[in-house]
This record gives sequence, structure tokens and C-alpha cells, in this order.
Amino acid sequence: MADTPAIRAGADGGTFRAVPPDTAVPSELGAPGNQNLAPGPTTVLGSGGPASRKPLSPGRLAWRRFRRHKAAMVSAVVLILLSIFVMFPGLLTDWGPNEGTGVRLEGPSSDHWFGTDTISRDMLSRVLHGGQISLQVGLAVAIVAAVIGTVVGVVAGYYGGVLDNLLMRVTDLFLALPLLIALIIMGRLPQRQAWAETLIGPIGSVRSIVTILSLFFWMGMARIVRGVVLSLKEKEYVEAARALGASDLRIMARHLVPNCAGAIVVTVTLNVAAAIITESTLSFLGFGVQSATTPTWGNMLNGVEGYTRTAPHLVWFPGLAIIITVLCVNFLGDGLRDALDPKQRKEA
Amino acid sequence: MARITITEGKPERPHLTGAASAVLDVRDLHVSFRTEEGVVQAVRGVDLEVYEQEILGIVGESGSGKSVTMLAVMSLLPKTAKVTGSALFRGEELLGLKPRQARAYRGSKIAMIFQDPLTALNPVHRVGVQIAEAITAHDPKRRREEVQRRVVELLDLVGIPQPDLRARQYPHEFSGGMRQRAMIAMAIANDPDVLIADEPTTALDVTIQAQILEVLKTVQEATRTAIVLITHDLGVIARLATRVQVMYAGRTAEIAGTEELFARPRHPYTSGLLRSLPKLDRTGDERLVPIPGSPPSMLAPPPGCAFHTRCPYAQELCHQEVPPLRPIEFEQLAACHFADDLDLRVESSE
Repeated sequence: MADTPAIRAGADGGTFRAVPPDTAVPSELGAPGNQNLAPGPTTVLGSGGPASRKPLSPGRLAWRRFRRHKAAMVSAVVLILLSIFVMFPGLLTDWGPNEGTGVRLEGPSSDHWFGTDTISRDMLSRVLHGGQISLQVGLAVAIVAAVIGTVVGVVAGYYGGVLDNLLMRVTDLFLALPLLIALIIMGRLPQRQAWAETLIGPIGSVRSIVTILSLFFWMGMARIVRGVVLSLKEKEYVEAARALGASDLRIMARHLVPNCAGAIVVTVTLNVAAAIITESTLSFLGFGVQSATTPTWGNMLNGVEGYTRTAPHLVWFPGLAIIITVLCVNFLGDGLRDALDPKQRKEA
Repeated sequence: MARITITEGKPERPHLTGAASAVLDVRDLHVSFRTEEGVVQAVRGVDLEVYEQEILGIVGESGSGKSVTMLAVMSLLPKTAKVTGSALFRGEELLGLKPRQARAYRGSKIAMIFQDPLTALNPVHRVGVQIAEAITAHDPKRRREEVQRRVVELLDLVGIPQPDLRARQYPHEFSGGMRQRAMIAMAIANDPDVLIADEPTTALDVTIQAQILEVLKTVQEATRTAIVLITHDLGVIARLATRVQVMYAGRTAEIAGTEELFARPRHPYTSGLLRSLPKLDRTGDERLVPIPGSPPSMLAPPPGCAFHTRCPYAQELCHQEVPPLRPIEFEQLAACHFADDLDLRVESSE
């Protein structure tokens, strides 16, 4: 090489500064043209300062943007607190969820913060224990659905053609099924078919609810991922990877899926909220998790319609739990969308 | 097509001595795409030889088939493309390879650099990881430290300062020129025998273009790879290429050594390209001469010589007969009926 690397570095940035070879070349060097890329450093320099030598990974940049989203930050804190109390109900109450307290239909008091229910169980304990199931179901369904949806979406988007058509028509088919009816019928299958019980677990079990819900929650993910992949696969880095001899599997796993991560994470959070709601609906209708043994926010609402005037706390607390959780999860998803995909931001 | 007899050899063109053979030998390549408007004949019978360690420039307008030719060699064309002919890499046929076999060639024997370095690196992975991946894709058993050493070595070779630090950075922390250097590092990671550079400098600004060309030269000297430089910029050709193949409307118009081509083009299209090139030493009132008209539609290419619609010297014969690519001068071939008679020198003073 004719000239020294240090001079070249300066010239590359278009600045022609004399950069001594031992100083760190800060990220500002990448100024021209960087706006084309999602995690451009230009948006960050103001808050972060150019002096940081640690590599600014896309994740780090996203975290910086997420921190600025107030509603999402508050929601995250609320959800973390909620999860802690739900995971350790003993922190707030000594009563068990199926334990009789001796007092029926008592309103909120210092002994029973959320009151007691029709057969004298402590409502706070039941809301907290019910939260375990609701959150579990929400997360599990969203994650299982994400895996199915991502695989379907990436394969359909990447290969295109007949395979794409086939997978997308199957997706349409699933979307065309009336959700509640399909869920209810599937939930009852183990009653008659032994194979259904081994496959999805006994009626009313958490496992069966998660399995059945997952089967009907992957379609949105598949469509979104397919859409993102359709645009990603035209990027030159995919072509470059192919030119380097990367296999299809490698291109999908290493290049396409990580670049879909933003869309996937956002969809997962939104699916968590939707799954919690759907589980509650099913349980409310009596087709979900069995209320006798396992409380969930949904099945706690089952059968209390008659008490809305005499003992409204029976409706209020499980209802509030659902609303707050779903609201927070949705805000979180919103914040993640802004953080992971800054191009989609509506406000400046 | 008759091969030209070799009478004397120049040291910088090893193939002329007969010692070096064609590492890549494309014969009668046809590529067509079926579209809604009809069949686009992108490449219509191209012969192309790439010799060991040479830098071959391929020049032509967009749509002349230069990129498609190389993508066909790389088996990177979409499935809708119909490819016929032959492309031999060291005697082995590349066309019609099974995907798995084609993958083994790509990146290890024949590598490619793309036009836009801004999008050619994956934004979510560190640059070093991406280069390492190019190595492990072909050699999964290489030890990690060894791969890491090689990555730093490669970044150093392409002139990236502090290569160990830079390897840990993300593409968005690299400038355009730096990214193109990283792309070059990635392409040469497996010591390919042929490096295809598809418009490697088009997306960069002028000061950096020169640097990237310098890097390519350095890389060529260090790795002894042959480089196929696809460009529409004759300035780039003049700086780097030892030999030039000019393409027009899916066919070869002219093949010549770079000096010979610039000194005396033998095809009217080549001279048209040269005339439209700005020169600093020209006097002020001299105007650039554009080639009139626009490139023909490849849906229905004109009969005879495809350039006859724009050629100032076109005769009746040009409308009817396709001129064969034939040797005109020592190591200079042109596809023009009147190549022997026309004096197309751009500067007669020399």
C-alpha cells in the first residue's frame, strides 16, 4: 500500500483530518449516507456523546430510544412490579387461593384488601394466583405463536412462489375460522378422543389452553414476518451472503430473522395482550381453565354477573387486573416499535 | 471464433506468453428473461475469458448484459432466467450446477463485490462477525481464534486502521468507503481465484472511489486473484484494467488491451464512449460528443449489428448481418463490419 492507513481513514470520512493512528475513530466518521440505515448514529449523538468507545450495538441504540418513551417506561415498571407480586403472592397476602376465610362477599377491608368472594375465598390471593395463569398463558401463547409464525413467514417470504402461496392460503384458512367457536370445539375434543388428550392435555388444563390458543395466534406473525422478509430479501446483504456461498438456511437464520427482530418483538407483545384477553374470554365463558382448582382472571369473572350491584369488587378487581395488564403490554409494544423501528415513528 | 496467434508477450499480461490459461472461460452465453411484455434477451451470445491474475474490465451501458453475464457465472440469477451456453471454471462447468455445488464455488473460488456498500452489510451483525461468517461458511471447522486472526489480517489488508477495534464495530459505525473496504475483505476471505467487482465505486464519492480502486489493486497484488471489474466508467477502466471487454446490447462489441483500446478503438461504440468522456487536457471550446439515441430495447433488439441505430458509419450491411467478433489487430477483437477501414482514434495527435 502506498499511503498510510491513518490518512486514508480521514479521507474516507470526507474530512481529511489528520487522525493519529492510535486514537479511536469515533462513530461520527460514518456521517454521510448513514441515514439510510435504521440505527443511524445521528439520532444518538446528542444524548450519548461521541466519546463513547464501546461499540454502539443496534440493541444499545434501541434501548436509548426506548428510555425516551415515557408511557412504555412506566408500563414496563408496572408490569415488572405486577409480575413480582404475581410470582410471590405471599408478599401481599397469607391466604391461599382456594382457602375459605369464613366471611362471604365481604367488601375490601384491611384483612382482605380486595374483599372475599361468593364462597369466602380471599380475592387478593385469587387475583394474584390467577395472574400467574393469565400471564403464563399470555407469554407462552405469544412465544409459541411467534416461533410458528416466524418459520412460516420467513419460509414463505424467502422462497416465494408456490410455497409462499400454499403457506399463505393455509394462513388465510386459519384466519377465516371463527376463533371462539374453533377454540371451544378444540377445547372439548379430549372429551371424546383419547389422542386429543395426549396431544393437547386434559380439558381445562393450562397446557391445553396454551396449545389451542397458539394454534390460532401465529397467523398475524406469519403475515408480518413474510412482509418484512419480502423487502429484506432484496437487500444487497442477502445477495452478498448468497454470493459468499451461504446456504438458504443460513441466510434465513443469520440474516433475515435477526433483521425481523423488531417486528417480531413488537408482535409478540401485542400477542401477549391478545392472548390474555382471549384466555379471559374463554374462561369467562367457562371453556377455559377450570375455576374450581385454578383461578384465572377470566374464570373469576365467570358466574359473578349477578353480583355487580351487591358485591361489585368481584367484578372490579379481576377486570382491573386484565385492563391494566393489557394496557401496559400494549404501551410496551408501542415503545418497542418506536425503539426498534425508528423509521415508523409518527411524531418527530 | 478463430483465436489470435500470439507473437510476443508483455510481462504484465501473462496470458499472452501462453503460460497462463483462462481461469474462467465463458462460451456462447445466452440469458433471457420471460416478462409480461415478452422475452428480454439480456445476453445474446457472449464469449469471455478471464486469465489468471489479470484485471479484466467489462464496460457497457446499463442493460448491456455485463452484470447478468457475471451473475449467470455465479448461478445467482433468479429462477425465471433461461441460461444456455457454457462457463468453465478451470475446466469445470458452472452452468446448471446443483444449488449445493454452486454454493461451494461461490465465495470460495469466485467471489463478488456489490455496488452499494451501504446495504451490502447486514446492519445487525458486527463487521468482524460478518467477515468471519464468510470464512466459516466454507470451512466450518476452522478454529475461532484462527478465524479471528484472519479477519483482522483481512481488514488490515484492505487498509482499515485499527482492524481489531473496527472488527468489533457495527456497519453503521463505518463510512461508505470503509464499508466497501470491509466488503472487499469479505470477498477475498477465502482467497478466490476470480473476484467479480460489480460497479464497486459507483455508489461512492469521487475521492473515495480512487481509494477503493487502490485497495483493489493492493488486494490483487497480495492475493493474486483475477479481478473482473464491471463498470460503465471508462476512467475506472483506465486506472485498473489490463484488458477490456466492451459490451453492447447483450453482445461483445470489442475486446482489447486497455492501452490499445484507448489509443485506437476498433468499434464505433467504443469510440463513442471515449468521445463522451471528459478530459482535463482538452481545450475549452471542445465539446463532449454524446452517442445519439438510446440503447435498444432488449425485448426486440434491432436486427444485424445492434449498434446500427446509433452508429454514424452504419451501412446497409449493418442492418442485415450480425458482425462477428473477429481479430483486427494484435490481441484486439471487434464486432464491426468495417473495423478494418474505420479510423476511430479519438486523439489523432498521438
